Amino acid sequence: MASLELKNIVKRYKSQTVLDNLSLTVADGETLVLFGPSGAGKTVLLRLVAGVIDPDEGKIFIGGDDMTDVDAEFRGVGMAFQNFALFPHMSAFDNIATPLEAKRSSQGAIKAGVESVAKLLKIAHVLSHKPRALSNGQKQRTALARALVGSPPLLLLDDPLRNVDAKLRFEMRLELPRLLADRGATVVYVTQDYKEAMALGDRIAVMSQGVIRQLGTPEQIYREPANIEIARLFGDPTINLLDVKPARDTRGIYVGLSNVQVHLAGAYETAVGRDCVIGLRPEALSFVEEGIPGAIPVTVEAETPLNEKIVTLVRTVRGREILVSRPAGTPGRSEGKAHIAVDGKSALLFDHATGDRIGSKNVVALRNGEAA
Amino acid sequence: MEHTSLLERILRGIALTLVVIFFMFPIVWIFMMSFQTNETILRIPPQLIFEPTLANYTALITGKLMTAAGTLDIAFMRNLGNSVFLSVTSVAVSLLLGVPAAYAFARHKFRGSEDIAFTLLSFKFAPALLVLLPLTLYFQKLGLANTYIGLIWVYQLICLPLILWIVRGYFEDIPADIEYAYRIGGHSWFATFRKIALPLAGPGIAAAGLLAFIFAWNNFVFALVLASADKQPVTVGALAFITSSGIQYGQISAAIVLSITPTLALALYAQRYLVEGLSLGAVKG
Repeated sequence: MASLELKNIVKRYKSQTVLDNLSLTVADGETLVLFGPSGAGKTVLLRLVAGVIDPDEGKIFIGGDDMTDVDAEFRGVGMAFQNFALFPHMSAFDNIATPLEAKRSSQGAIKAGVESVAKLLKIAHVLSHKPRALSNGQKQRTALARALVGSPPLLLLDDPLRNVDAKLRFEMRLELPRLLADRGATVVYVTQDYKEAMALGDRIAVMSQGVIRQLGTPEQIYREPANIEIARLFGDPTINLLDVKPARDTRGIYVGLSNVQVHLAGAYETAVGRDCVIGLRPEALSFVEEGIPGAIPVTVEAETPLNEKIVTLVRTVRGREILVSRPAGTPGRSEGKAHIAVDGKSALLFDHATGDRIGSKNVVALRNGEAA
Repeated sequence: MEHTSLLERILRGIALTLVVIFFMFPIVWIFMMSFQTNETILRIPPQLIFEPTLANYTALITGKLMTAAGTLDIAFMRNLGNSVFLSVTSVAVSLLLGVPAAYAFARHKFRGSEDIAFTLLSFKFAPALLVLLPLTLYFQKLGLANTYIGLIWVYQLICLPLILWIVRGYFEDIPADIEYAYRIGGHSWFATFRKIALPLAGPGIAAAGLLAFIFAWNNFVFALVLASADKQPVTVGALAFITSSGIQYGQISAAIVLSITPTLALALYAQRYLVEGLSLGAVKG
């Protein structure tokens, strides 16, 4: 069992700063997902923790011990690479066995260890194969098995599902959380797939340009994204973003959408009269009958059935395009004129200039950020 | 499959035959000369039909050369032994020094690493005759002239840069992640070098070793100047056939056949590695 603590990590390559004064704490047994676009510094961060590259500044603590200047082989972490990084000249068995060999385990213990983890990951039947004879899915499981076999207290998983097909990715997304929980290890998981991040993370750290932009539970990141960028990254179909200027009346603060006043629930006093962007999740919108208060007239442009849900592209009278998502089988319009209603409670308001989210709920996100 | 007409195939066959004849002719001619006496070789016009004789090979192997002026002792078999010893030892020393160095140059970019690597390569640019004069003087002072150690040392000029640069390219081709994965698994850098880098660069090391062997084997001028008769390889030893009573074409041919056999056999055996190694070295170097 081991917690992980990074303090003021700076990493530069030539003149480019890849990680900029980054601090992060991962509690013992927690699964933290590092999420962000490529080039955000996620992989570099993982390699710093693994010890294969050194930070220019800052300290790394694993289980409370300063590991900053400790060589990779003494850090006792397990790591799975995005490109699998299997040893091409060794069989799957030997690949998985390498961490145990390093511990000078007996032949019997190695065999037992490899076979139990192989059984867990359903690759027991291909242990004698060389990596080139394995399918992508089997390679990925072999790489994962190699990371798991020594029961390292800290597991680093660098986008392990990136190079496997969609079906397997879905399966592993279901299997992995239990697998990781059973191990009881502290996990740092890198991904570019928001669904993976939501499915696996106890907490998610959203990174871009070498900085953690937001740190919180999947729920917090989805409901209260710190800025427009993060709101866009989470959610499929992506969030609808419309330019608005909030105003106040007797009933509270509202925004005008196609001349319909939509009242917002939340402390948005500071936003009144400012240029803002409203973020509406497609699933927070619904088709309603004409005449209901707050119903916004739209024209249906296109409809995409996605089995479990139906996504409809509609156009407002001002020509703005909006995506509406509803569960399959619920009533809606597939063509012509329609009306939609906005759930004012789930609307998000962002500052137009900075892109930061406005509102009292920000405090929650900030508090989590500070705790890091 | 590419579709080719009959005419195209015939033309291609003729072209290939011409190329093969052009390149193989000297070797075939030498092979034929090695079974002829000086008289039949020097007949004008030359004839393709002759009575083969093993006299040349017998002379080489027994070390007794019959000339018009009498019997001459030649040390051809000893030369051959020297060639094998010098080439094998030089390549072994070069591999021992060059492979770890190549790994260091491939994996660790330290200040001046490129300059050092290039300096080592530049040894190959220097004309041998340019370095030979000072080298001879130094070797005489150091007592290395006419010693195997001295020759093997000088042969490093031929072998080391070659091995260093080819093997470096191979090491650079191994994804760093594979080595990282092994180290994170708990192995030292040396274990990683031995168990991961070396086996994966194996074909490259074999190719570089073979090439270095061929270059060392073919070397002439270093051994000519720095060694006397008993330490000389076949390339220099063949000079003994230019005798006061004429050039012994038959024996020279037989000597050539004997001396190219080991390298030819090696090259044929490993040509796949050789081509791979050469092209990779060219791209990466």
